[in-house]
Amino acid sequence: MATVTVPKKESQNLPGNPKESQEQQKTVTLRIARINPGEDAKGKFEEFKIPVQKWTTVLEAILYVKQNLDHSVALRYSCRQASCGSCGMKINGKPRLACYTKISELESETITVEPMSNYPIIRDLAVNFEHLFSTHKKMKPFIINEESEIKPGAKEFIQTPQDLEKFLQFSYCIKCGLCNSACPTMATDASFIGPQGLAQAYRYTADNRDEGKKERLKIVDQSHGIWRCHFAGSCSNVCPKGVDPAMAIQLLRGYLLGFRK
Amino acid sequence: MRESIIMKIHYGTALGAVALVAVHVLMRLSQKFDVSLSYQNVMANYHLLPYALMLEVILVLLSVHGFNGLRVILLELKQGATYEKAINYGSIAAMAVLIAYGSRTILMAGMGIS
Repeated sequence: MATVTVPKKESQNLPGNPKESQEQQKTVTLRIARINPGEDAKGKFEEFKIPVQKWTTVLEAILYVKQNLDHSVALRYSCRQASCGSCGMKINGKPRLACYTKISELESETITVEPMSNYPIIRDLAVNFEHLFSTHKKMKPFIINEESEIKPGAKEFIQTPQDLEKFLQFSYCIKCGLCNSACPTMATDASFIGPQGLAQAYRYTADNRDEGKKERLKIVDQSHGIWRCHFAGSCSNVCPKGVDPAMAIQLLRGYLLGFRK
Repeated sequence: MRESIIMKIHYGTALGAVALVAVHVLMRLSQKFDVSLSYQNVMANYHLLPYALMLEVILVLLSVHGFNGLRVILLELKQGATYEKAINYGSIAAMAVLIAYGSRTILMAGMGIS
């Protein structure tokens, strides 16, 4: 385990706000998982002492390390505003978005960041999303309706606020994969569709403009499909966008059990 | 068979088993517990056709539910086409063997063969 302390000169460049006075500085220890599956699958943790402000996010802290202490830390990030879903990682043991998690809210002097569980690791904090995206694609995440093509004289589909309410929250999914990382079934069953895919299957099935219900129900109704969910609810607990995949799975089951039409 | 049909059977057998096992347990309470489990009493239960039929139904419900539950656990534990096929057919075979063995006991006891 290596510990890197911030040199005095470098500590001027604070993550979040470089102009903030030095008196308000607080220092935390950032433990970053360093894993290179090609060399050593087990990996190790490296510790960095970094100055933080009240508003410093975990992503800013990691980027501070990359800029000033160790540029070789691998992570995926993009928008920095919880829209793209790229910077998912385990922060103090819980899957979260690094850009959406302030260090101050963690109330800990030591912040541990690790790659998300249930995904193959590419390196350090970056994981492979191939399964997530391929499963998402399998759910046919689009409106299936022969009338949806724009033709002369075509009218818009009428949708009441009640119709919209049925699926709206599930359309907020940003495919960050935190739900799949938190899912206990995914930890043992690599073939499980996962809460993200199942929630998306419900999102389109519940849409009154869609006519692909039969197709999607057939896809989720298999031995590693919807029935393998144990309703632990971890997926809903970690979603940064307030989506409730556990509920979507139960509602989708309603179609298969004949409770919903 | 589609997984939703299997799971409907799974839930149905669970509900049925809970109801019938409750009847079975309540029958023990109709008299003193130790008396209800005496040899003569147990044999009398087997000779009573409706009760013997109920025991047979409980056996079928619990076997189907239990082995399907085991199948699901084993499928979540490991994946692979050959493994999954073996688990699916193995569960059905184990279920059939248990039902056959249990039915044999109920029949023999019912007919007074020991």
